[in-house]
Amino acid sequence: MFKYVNQPIEKIDGLALVTGEEKYTDDFSFTNMLYVSVLHSGYAYAKIVDIDDSGARKMHGVVEILSYKNVKQILYTTAGQGYPEPSPYDTLLFGKTMRFVGDNVCAVAAESKEIADEALKKIKVTYKELKPILNLAKSEGSPIIIHKDDGAFPKIPVFYDAKKNIASKVEANVGDFDLAFNKSSRKFEYDFYCSYASHCAIEPHASVSYLDGRGRLVIISTTQVPFHVRRIVSHVAEIPVSKIRVIKPRLGGGFGGKQEVLLEPIVAMMTWRTKRPAKLVYSRREVFKSTRCRHEYKTKFSVGYEADGKINALHLDALENSGGYGSHSLTVLANAGSKTLPLLNKIDNLRFTGMGVYTNLPCGGAYRGYGATESYLGYGQVIDMVCNDCNLDIVEYYKKWAIKSGETSPIFQALGEGKEGVAMTIGSTSLVECLDEGAKLSNWYEKKKLYGSNSGFNKGKRLKRGIGMAALMQGSAIPEIDMASAYIKMNDDGSFNLNVGATDLGTGSDTVLAQIASEVLDTPVESFIVYSSDTDFTPFDTGAYASSTTYLSGQAVKKCAEEIKKQILKVGAEMLSLSPDEVELNDSRVTANEQTKEEVSFAEICQYSLYQKNQFQIQAAASHFSQKSPPPFAAHFIEIEVDTFTGIIKVLNYVAAVDCGTPINPVTAEGQAEGAIVNGLAYALFENYYFSPHGKMLNDTFGKYGVYTAFDIPPIKVKLIKSYEETGPFGAKSISEININGALPGIANAFYNATGKRLFNGPFTPEYVLKVLSE
Amino acid sequence: MKLPFKINNKQKHLELLPNETLLQALRNNHFTEVKCGCNEGECGACTVLLEGKPVNSCQVLAMSVQEKEITTVKGIGTLYTPHLLQKSFAEAGADQCGFCSPGMVLASYSLLKENPQPTREEILVALDGNLCRCTGYVKIIDAVEMTAQKLHSNKLVME
Repeated sequence: MFKYVNQPIEKIDGLALVTGEEKYTDDFSFTNMLYVSVLHSGYAYAKIVDIDDSGARKMHGVVEILSYKNVKQILYTTAGQGYPEPSPYDTLLFGKTMRFVGDNVCAVAAESKEIADEALKKIKVTYKELKPILNLAKSEGSPIIIHKDDGAFPKIPVFYDAKKNIASKVEANVGDFDLAFNKSSRKFEYDFYCSYASHCAIEPHASVSYLDGRGRLVIISTTQVPFHVRRIVSHVAEIPVSKIRVIKPRLGGGFGGKQEVLLEPIVAMMTWRTKRPAKLVYSRREVFKSTRCRHEYKTKFSVGYEADGKINALHLDALENSGGYGSHSLTVLANAGSKTLPLLNKIDNLRFTGMGVYTNLPCGGAYRGYGATESYLGYGQVIDMVCNDCNLDIVEYYKKWAIKSGETSPIFQALGEGKEGVAMTIGSTSLVECLDEGAKLSNWYEKKKLYGSNSGFNKGKRLKRGIGMAALMQGSAIPEIDMASAYIKMNDDGSFNLNVGATDLGTGSDTVLAQIASEVLDTPVESFIVYSSDTDFTPFDTGAYASSTTYLSGQAVKKCAEEIKKQILKVGAEMLSLSPDEVELNDSRVTANEQTKEEVSFAEICQYSLYQKNQFQIQAAASHFSQKSPPPFAAHFIEIEVDTFTGIIKVLNYVAAVDCGTPINPVTAEGQAEGAIVNGLAYALFENYYFSPHGKMLNDTFGKYGVYTAFDIPPIKVKLIKSYEETGPFGAKSISEININGALPGIANAFYNATGKRLFNGPFTPEYVLKVLSE
Repeated sequence: MKLPFKINNKQKHLELLPNETLLQALRNNHFTEVKCGCNEGECGACTVLLEGKPVNSCQVLAMSVQEKEITTVKGIGTLYTPHLLQKSFAEAGADQCGFCSPGMVLASYSLLKENPQPTREEILVALDGNLCRCTGYVKIIDAVEMTAQKLHSNKLVME
């Protein structure tokens, strides 16, 4: 039994958040600060012939202007990933070629935001417009080349062919797909499509920078990856790493959108040149257009199977739209296969082929789900198709065929992130229990039968009901790549500083990590002063992405706390004139075993160690990297009502049974699941980027884009079903991403149950639904 | 120029320009608990109460509300003296990134002040102008219901 872990402890920053005390990036201002505005390209594809900024430079209050004319042309990737990054070096902070509407033209720093904005209007840019590629299917091998002679290159040895507009390519083969597909008695092929989407963290991207008293550059930023920011800013702005400090204050959500290094180099360069503080805050429209989004995807599934439902062969072919630059192109693509195909691990012949292509549309990046979301639309439906064709229940099917504890999938080794993957045997899974519990909570068997075509329930009705489900998996951190570390020191009163590089972006990870340390040290969560993250004061962490914080950073904290425990026991024993094996930790004290009832408090121990005898600071640091990425699992059940007159799909009920190992904090874990489900629902039903014929995003406001409000949500029931992951802290795995993947396949399967028709293209807008119904 | 405003029950002088929105004027004068998520009146992060009614402060000209009572989230409770509603938000887990929280809390406060025992439907309507991308709203609705329950069972009046 646990005391502090697996408890619904209030977030340590909770009251500060809801009383408005916490400071976010834009809440920091400095005297003599410059305000920065960025001019973005209005063209999808154009060369800048000239920039005449003389008019702007003459304006009172304009201090500095950055453009290709005075910024060194250094290729980099904006993807905040481990080094060397698996994303191609194809981006310039300010270059001469504009590759999407929203690309950076130049930036102005001025005494006020109003002056900076006004100055942008006075900058005369002469463009030579080029014919763009605005369709991902038309990119590969097009005579229009998006990265032509610009020196773009892959930083790691992977396939890259800019001359053919190919930003990334991945292939994995298990068995012999062709042979098995051809020999199968039943087979089909279907195409699926997933749209663009924006993260819509309510806090827009922002960065503020200043020089400290010793001339070092300090950047406060909305980032999930402070250490990558430090490294990438150093590269782009040619400032030594030792001269840069990156601080992540409170963050107003990220979802992958802030795993990108976009604003930081701009303010860094402004401050470095002018020696003055500089602030850049993107407008919501800039966030939509100019930052990163979910990659647009086309997938094709080819499945060969037998009458008993056994799948002999499955081929997933994915075509990804990277947009103007290849940020996360390769890794999202690889995850489109690696986070789906192992789920049904008994398919002997698997093929995954994927290609990411450049277009002149907005750039993809990291987005919760990271490729898996895009694949599950098709994957979840083709399994449903096989089951329907073979007259099998899909829940029973997953129970029979899904990967079990002690089993593996060759895909784990075949598909890595820019290199070969890591072989892995599944340790923990409660997927079967999730399937059973989800089926029970959603009345699956009764409703499936009731709404099915045989019952006549929906016959002749305008409003047709259906229920669908999907089983899901994701990962927990990137094996053998991601690394996290933690530092703990003890204070006089028995409290502890817990400094972590891990980045709480609103997930509650500061609290979760404190709970893990609490459990090891048997002292309340309030005893921990958690600080995340600051490249000067917190040890390295690759950052908050890939569902890594609880699993990976949590294990670093656990190791670190265990080292502290040893030191506390040693001092406590010394104070009690006993040997360390004669004492134990007990509710913020060290107590003697049975014989005597002597004890010393944590406060006494720390005071002794600091002031009295054999003085030293009780402190420790620990790092952790993982050889596994244990998947969380989930079973989602969705009941819908389709209005066949209007095409509107109304979700009536959403049940998600989720295996995240031990939920360190059940309330924050549920919150992660609920947030992901609602984001997934909105993505499935209407979130999209709509473009003008010239590639300009048209729905670039919250109102036009449409984010779900409280009024839009259906009843949602999240049930966490424990398993115990031996390699995770107190049995924990991840939960942050997986639950965004269920809505697309779940709703589509429910739609089939209701209408007998299939939804192949997301989002399932009323227009699209009516089109499908009329076919 | 510097003009007097009534903010959180106190007379405050704000340094502002005549064309500034209430959001700009507040943030520029250290009321950074009022957040800016879109500046177009669509997300509710900048919600303040004007005479007790929630408004998007980005859509209000500062000088037009000089005579009105303005309440930010710190006006209903602070870290040191949190309001029952704020405690419920923290207890229910309605706070993830917290960026929408000041606006959410104020929208909920305004609802409960007028209608201490709202139906679920009334809660959804009241929160319809405030976007949250983290929570999926489930625990925010829980927090409002939890507050209503506490008011009812302890026979408290919403203050």
